[in-house]
Amino acid sequence: MTALMPTAFEAVTVDYAAVAPMLIVVGAALVGVLAEAFAPRLRRHAIQVGLALAALVASFAFLALVSVDHHTVTAGGSIAIDGPALFLQGGLLIFAILGVLTMSERFGGRSADAFTPMGAATPGSPAESAADRAGYATSEAFPLTMFAVFGMLMFVSANDLITMFVALEVLSLPLYVLTGLARRRRLLSQEASLKYFILGAFSSAFFLFGAALLYGYAGSSDLADIATAITTANSAYEGLLLPGVVLVLIGLLFKIGAVPFHSWTPDAYQGAPSPVTGFMAAATKLAAFGAILRFTYVGVESSRLEWRLGVAAIAVLTMVVGAVLSVTQTDIKRLLAYSSVAHAGFILVGVLAFDVTGVSGVMFYLLAYGLATIAAFAIVALVRSGGSEATHLSQWAGLGRNHPVVAGIFALLLLAFAGIPLTSGFTAKFAAFAPAIAHGGLAGVVMVVVGVLASAVTAFVYFRLIVLMYFTEPTGDKVVALTPSIASTIAITVGALGTVILGVVPGPILDLAGRVSQFIQ
Amino acid sequence: MSGFPLLTVMMVVPLVGAAVVALLPGGSARLAKPIALATSLVTLALALLAWARFDGDGSSDRYQLTETHSWIPQFGVSYALGVDGIALSLIVMATILTPVCLLAAWNDLGEDAEPQREKTYFALMLVLLTFMVGVFAARDVFLFYVFFEAMLIPVYFLIGLFGGPRRQYAAVKFILFSLVGGLVMLVAVIALYFNGPGGEQGFLYEALEGGVTASTTTQRWLFVGFFIAFAIKAPMWPVHTWLPDAASEARPATAVLLVGVLDKVGTFGMLRFCLGMFPEASKWATPVVITLAVISVIYGGLLAIGSRDIMRLIAFTSISHFGLIVLGIFAMTSTAGSGSALYMINHGFATAGLFLIAGFLITRHGSQRIADYGGWQRVTPLLAGTFLVSGLSSLALPGLSSYVSEFLVLTGTYQRYEVAAVIATLGIVLAALYILLTYQRVFTGPRPVFLEGREPRDLGLREKLVVVPIIASFLLLGAYPKPVLDLVNPAVKQTLDLVGVTDPAPTNASGSAQ
Repeated sequence: MTALMPTAFEAVTVDYAAVAPMLIVVGAALVGVLAEAFAPRLRRHAIQVGLALAALVASFAFLALVSVDHHTVTAGGSIAIDGPALFLQGGLLIFAILGVLTMSERFGGRSADAFTPMGAATPGSPAESAADRAGYATSEAFPLTMFAVFGMLMFVSANDLITMFVALEVLSLPLYVLTGLARRRRLLSQEASLKYFILGAFSSAFFLFGAALLYGYAGSSDLADIATAITTANSAYEGLLLPGVVLVLIGLLFKIGAVPFHSWTPDAYQGAPSPVTGFMAAATKLAAFGAILRFTYVGVESSRLEWRLGVAAIAVLTMVVGAVLSVTQTDIKRLLAYSSVAHAGFILVGVLAFDVTGVSGVMFYLLAYGLATIAAFAIVALVRSGGSEATHLSQWAGLGRNHPVVAGIFALLLLAFAGIPLTSGFTAKFAAFAPAIAHGGLAGVVMVVVGVLASAVTAFVYFRLIVLMYFTEPTGDKVVALTPSIASTIAITVGALGTVILGVVPGPILDLAGRVSQFIQ
Repeated sequence: MSGFPLLTVMMVVPLVGAAVVALLPGGSARLAKPIALATSLVTLALALLAWARFDGDGSSDRYQLTETHSWIPQFGVSYALGVDGIALSLIVMATILTPVCLLAAWNDLGEDAEPQREKTYFALMLVLLTFMVGVFAARDVFLFYVFFEAMLIPVYFLIGLFGGPRRQYAAVKFILFSLVGGLVMLVAVIALYFNGPGGEQGFLYEALEGGVTASTTTQRWLFVGFFIAFAIKAPMWPVHTWLPDAASEARPATAVLLVGVLDKVGTFGMLRFCLGMFPEASKWATPVVITLAVISVIYGGLLAIGSRDIMRLIAFTSISHFGLIVLGIFAMTSTAGSGSALYMINHGFATAGLFLIAGFLITRHGSQRIADYGGWQRVTPLLAGTFLVSGLSSLALPGLSSYVSEFLVLTGTYQRYEVAAVIATLGIVLAALYILLTYQRVFTGPRPVFLEGREPRDLGLREKLVVVPIIASFLLLGAYPKPVLDLVNPAVKQTLDLVGVTDPAPTNASGSAQ
């Protein structure tokens, strides 16, 4: 193995035009930390939100205008900016913009409504209320979000396992913190944060161990080198390949919430502040699927016969467990969490097609699902009872009568989750399932059949919720939907419009996803 | 391709009407119902214009009034419309029934209903009309599927928001049955594309009729995928259980559109997709389908006789009649096929008559239980008389419309499946029982006693306007069914040509069906 080590340290060349979107985001995150230290407390909210949004928009503009012409493998082979990476990064930046908009919601207060004034204070303690009176606010949530976005941007373009691991940690750690910052139900939030952190750290260990085994197998952590090593198949350590692949996949499947690595999902989704949940559900899922696509399609595709059935079994399990458990939920956030588990299974079906059409289908699904999810959690944050979020399902009874617009948009999003035609959910399911039928063989067809049956189960859940909102008399609880600020309104509108547009005229986006679905090997 | 996009306009008009009705400001909410009715009448006029422009002599193209635009080329999906005679006749039926139903539903929500609720109710019916036209006018499998599923949403809300006491249960049951069928079909729809010619227009009917190149086994699976969805929709025994609940909890007008029009999508789909695209698989499945159809005929009839609820009774009679329609389709003779196509129309009107007049009765007395009635013929003679006529049409009395179609189905079936035809004929006996028994229990007997001044009135002007076109259709189609038969015959013949069966030689054909 020593022969492969570089003899002397060489500076790598970096194509800055290709990676600038990431640099803009991480730069803004660092400036945000400085602003947290030096800007006056009362101004911080405006500064942080403005900075984050400006950086994200600039990053997206740069990506769309300049980086698209820089398809390359750069930074010493560790970053690949190719079609899928660009598409997914663009999606991530859109999600981040919408996420920051929803997180900035103040409902007329001084600071972001979703976040506690002081994360370190004991819940319910005098220190906490004192912090609130003094006007403290955890405006560091925004730089943390930016670090997470940076990690995600890197995750979908990471072309070797070390970079992938670094990106995984960079995106995860800020999310663990953000999960624990909810303003209300602090204990639940902190518990969620701790669970997410411990299980996340555990899965990172799996990933790292798998990466080490693959390094042992191929003599390199570069995905292209691993692919070459598999095709030449003269490694002395043949037995390391399968365990390595499996362990890396466990680390990645944890992030998408696939069964049996899903147990953190409901707790983290419930405990985290709702706007963070929406952002996390949309963006983490997209980033993690980006990494799964790259790892499986670029790195270990040639060995897929050895592990494909195992992942197919996980996909089936994920769809069934996610769908069935969502039936029994009584909390809206946990319900959406289990439905996100089921959706992860649907997307895995598309991944396992092993065809470029599968890549474009998966990317389309991620975009459609993320837009709807961010808007859905933004609406969850609006529905209040006595100041805190009314998350128990019974509290949503009769919402359609009192708040027709909010309930109407939420119903539209539920129809999209259920996969009803003329919404993005249907197009997305079609885009993910069609390649599985065309290229997935018998296993693909079986997965799709399980998928549609699981869809029917989840549809039952969503329709029951619509029944509750429209056909049921309100309970005694005084439940109101707050009037959102312009920022949340934009996020919800974009989510709802995207859901309709991707359902009615999906052609342009499908076309785009289809054109950029080829990985650089 | 040439000329005016008539079918698209027929879908846009109700949609615009629905938007106008839904967005009416509070002050002018009382305009909601007239606008809805006017919109549906305009759509009816357009449908009649389409009929006039349709060239039905069988020599020209099967699909006419066509429009084709690329929609999602990545999936092979086109926005393609076009009708054959069967589709056109169903569209005309739907556009006639919609204004009739709107008129029947005029006071469904009471005189002092919230304007918001009333606007929603009528807007949803108009949205439904758009989808009903779309589902029959689609010339692309994907587009058909989109309408097939999207149609569920307005019906779901119509039942769930405006139905009877158990409306939530009925609405969820309805949507779940339909969705399961639809999702199973989705798998078949996707697989169909990959087993067809493919390409950017790979979902067009013309590309797939005779263009499915899959192995026999695959074709059979595809057939099963489509057939399950259509059997749930139609509905056939044993997947019929959602219909009685949905029909009895829905408002009568909704029930008419649901049973009279929407469920026809099931039988329409069997004819168009199962027979047209998987002819070999259809022949393979015939023994099972015929058996299920015969069971539906008898079982539906028996349950109707046992029903205590008048709306459930009508729903069960429909299951029986759908059995006959399916029987006619899978008998695969031109007589039976034409009979089935005609039956779809006649059944729509007969059901409308029964449901709506029963609805008038229920409005007067506030009960759906048959036992709560008796002797009403002495109080409301006109209502009783029109119900009897609708019932007689439903039981296929000669001279009224259903007789023609039922006769065609049974003789056509007899040419190939004697036993099935004979057993199905028992369904007619059952029909006589459930209609006449119901009439006897509800309308004959001693005059019921009412409180002073609470005597129910006979049919009013609005109700007469509802009943007249329905009764007229019984008489017209009973005495002179030729216009409709001329319309559907070429399409039926073309379908059977696709299947590759020839009419007379029964011995030969029964051999191939085994």
